[in-house]
Amino acid sequence: MISPVVLWSDILIFSLAVSVGLFIFQVRKKPQAKARWRSVFESKIGLTSFIIIVFYVLISLMDSVHFREQLSQFEADGPDQNLAYSSEVKSILDIALKNLNSTTETTYSSPFSLYSFSKENMTNDDGSVYRDFIRLKHGGAHIQGDEERFSDILIKSVQALLIGLLIAAIPVMLHVMMRKKSNHEEDYIPWNVAYGTIITLISLATWVIILSQYYHILGTDKVGQDVLYQSIKSIRTGVLIGTLATLVTLPFAIILGISAGYFKGWIDDTVQFIYTTLSSIPGILLIAASVLLIDVYIETNPEKFNLTILRSDFKFIALCAILGLTSWTTLCRMLRAETLKVSQLDYVQAAHAFGVSHRGVIGKHILPNVTHIILIAVVLDFSAFVLAEAVLSYIGVGVDPNMYSWGNMINAARSELSRDPTVWWSVTSAFILMFTLVLAANLFSDEVRNAFDPRTAKGNE
Amino acid sequence: MLAYIFRRFVYAIPILIGVNILTFILFFMVNTPDQMARVHLGDKHVTQDAIDNWKVQRGYDKPLFINAQQDATNMFTDTIFFEKSIKLLAFDFGKSDEGRNIMSDIKERMWPSLAVQIPTFVIGLLVNICFALLIVMFRASLFEITALTACVAMLSISSVFYIIGGQFFFAKLWNLVPISGYLSGMEAISFLILPIIIGVISGVGSGTRLYRTIFIEEASRDYMRTARAKGVSELSILFKHLLPNGMIPILTSVVVVIPTLFMGSLLIESFFGIPGLGSYTLDAIQAQDFAVVRCMVFLGACLYIVGLLLTDISYTLVDPRVKLS
Repeated sequence: MISPVVLWSDILIFSLAVSVGLFIFQVRKKPQAKARWRSVFESKIGLTSFIIIVFYVLISLMDSVHFREQLSQFEADGPDQNLAYSSEVKSILDIALKNLNSTTETTYSSPFSLYSFSKENMTNDDGSVYRDFIRLKHGGAHIQGDEERFSDILIKSVQALLIGLLIAAIPVMLHVMMRKKSNHEEDYIPWNVAYGTIITLISLATWVIILSQYYHILGTDKVGQDVLYQSIKSIRTGVLIGTLATLVTLPFAIILGISAGYFKGWIDDTVQFIYTTLSSIPGILLIAASVLLIDVYIETNPEKFNLTILRSDFKFIALCAILGLTSWTTLCRMLRAETLKVSQLDYVQAAHAFGVSHRGVIGKHILPNVTHIILIAVVLDFSAFVLAEAVLSYIGVGVDPNMYSWGNMINAARSELSRDPTVWWSVTSAFILMFTLVLAANLFSDEVRNAFDPRTAKGNE
Repeated sequence: MLAYIFRRFVYAIPILIGVNILTFILFFMVNTPDQMARVHLGDKHVTQDAIDNWKVQRGYDKPLFINAQQDATNMFTDTIFFEKSIKLLAFDFGKSDEGRNIMSDIKERMWPSLAVQIPTFVIGLLVNICFALLIVMFRASLFEITALTACVAMLSISSVFYIIGGQFFFAKLWNLVPISGYLSGMEAISFLILPIIIGVISGVGSGTRLYRTIFIEEASRDYMRTARAKGVSELSILFKHLLPNGMIPILTSVVVVIPTLFMGSLLIESFFGIPGLGSYTLDAIQAQDFAVVRCMVFLGACLYIVGLLLTDISYTLVDPRVKLS
């Protein structure tokens, strides 16, 4: 029996996913926008980075369905007692990674290692104490010793990759057959690249899932928790902070920016005053100050957050809101400038002459002509926020320390790197996962800019 | 010109007041001094006496806006708003919550910050411009694609990783420089090299890309075509035409950050243990010293406004067509 736990961030991310779906549906109906998007996906880089981003988003969606397991019956006193639920909140992703989460060691161990990282005191059968590396409880428990390890990893990897290829082959084959059947539309998407990316990602995922049942692929951290598990769980934090914070910037930037450029006069003055004031405050200080205030609020109202996860979720959403509230000024300034330009154009003047209402002019003539600016900013902001999370968590004003995040992992890694020999795997795995996501987002944003920016758009050259 | 600068300073006043009111709302109205005291004293079961005592010591015990117990002007001056907020406008920073004089702290800590920031800024600017020119020189070649890909990759790496990586390889593995710390005088150089290198490297990706677009835009102008048609050599086009003209938008775009260099870099200073304003701010954030954070917010805002003013002035200096009015 399980009891679902719905966090605010879960609701937000799923409603966001639905609205992105609706947006895609809308775009399909508009030939101009469709052509622009087509040129994004025609490029190999654009397609590959898009698939990688989707892969990350899927993982974070899986990690956003939370529930609590019911405690076993004998732990409760009798059958009449209220059903007791574990205080540990899990997600669907945890089921997929069950092995990673349930198997912990006592302390550091390096990737694929059989033994603990440092020597520890142990007692012999005769009572004498000696120091040696402890054999890990989980890592490579099925094999005898170090000499078997290499061949075992190799065999298991080959097996895992083969299985992964088989799994990946099914959807790819199906799609190839579908394309053969319906040949009515000319193909513009480099499908082979898409297949290659999908096959790589699925094989990699299978390899990780299978190998992690026998080894700690990326080692364990100070308290013996699997580093791979932490870095995968951090994906949700990274993706959510990027999307939610970007989402918060949009209404402010769009409404204020367009109305400043369109109505001019005192509205323009006010909006300019607001964004100059906001952007003159050093961003990181404003964020830090606001986060400190949130901390104080949580500390003075502990009764509102009875579960740890509720508290960290509240802080997380507040952080997204703060990040968004402090970073809408650039987009707002650009939108204002563009609206000033667009509203001088002949067709806007003509619309005024025909007596079209302000709402009509803004909705029909101005907004569609500044969409490309919004779109480019959205993709750029996303990667900026993912990077900002790491810095903020390091400063101590980031996400809650109880939450898995790359920033928290990096923060912990500071002391690990000064150890001798160095504990390098934690920071490396955070680096790899974060770098992949941000690189994909940056490359994708370049393609979007190439397609949508009138100065670089292919059709206008 | 002077009249313009004076007018800009007058315009800056409402913005500074806006910043002031915003920080005041954040620090005193959203959060009452009682809550601040509670967080500072740390304990959940602090007595009201202890809180009152803490507030009196730091001057937070006064009313927010109007002090009914005083008469005449004192009614408004003997309040938190006047003491803590209005006095900032006169650069009277007062004391930190720890009781130290903020102004003298700032004066002492600005030098290490500047020692890191100015070389980083100058070297970074030169390096980025050189790379951008190189990329423009070898346009439409394998070199351009490789370099641009490297730029995107470099700007996808969080600055934290540059610092961690740099410290690990240069200081720990190869023992070239000390990991962190600071000494005054000439001995500081060995401590400054690594932070400066890392500061430059972490900015290369975004800087080079930005300057490249500026140069490319400049390269498509008419005078470039004329120069080529006249038979001017590629090298002389690059250095006599493209570089000077491209420098105008570049310089005017970097002027705005020059004053804020003063504030120091939060990350680099704290990782390398440099006792500058960046680590001062960070320490204040971590110790929840709201007085210091408030002053730094105000200082940062002032410097940003100075930066905006410098940008406007630099436009007129480099481009005679722009008239300030």
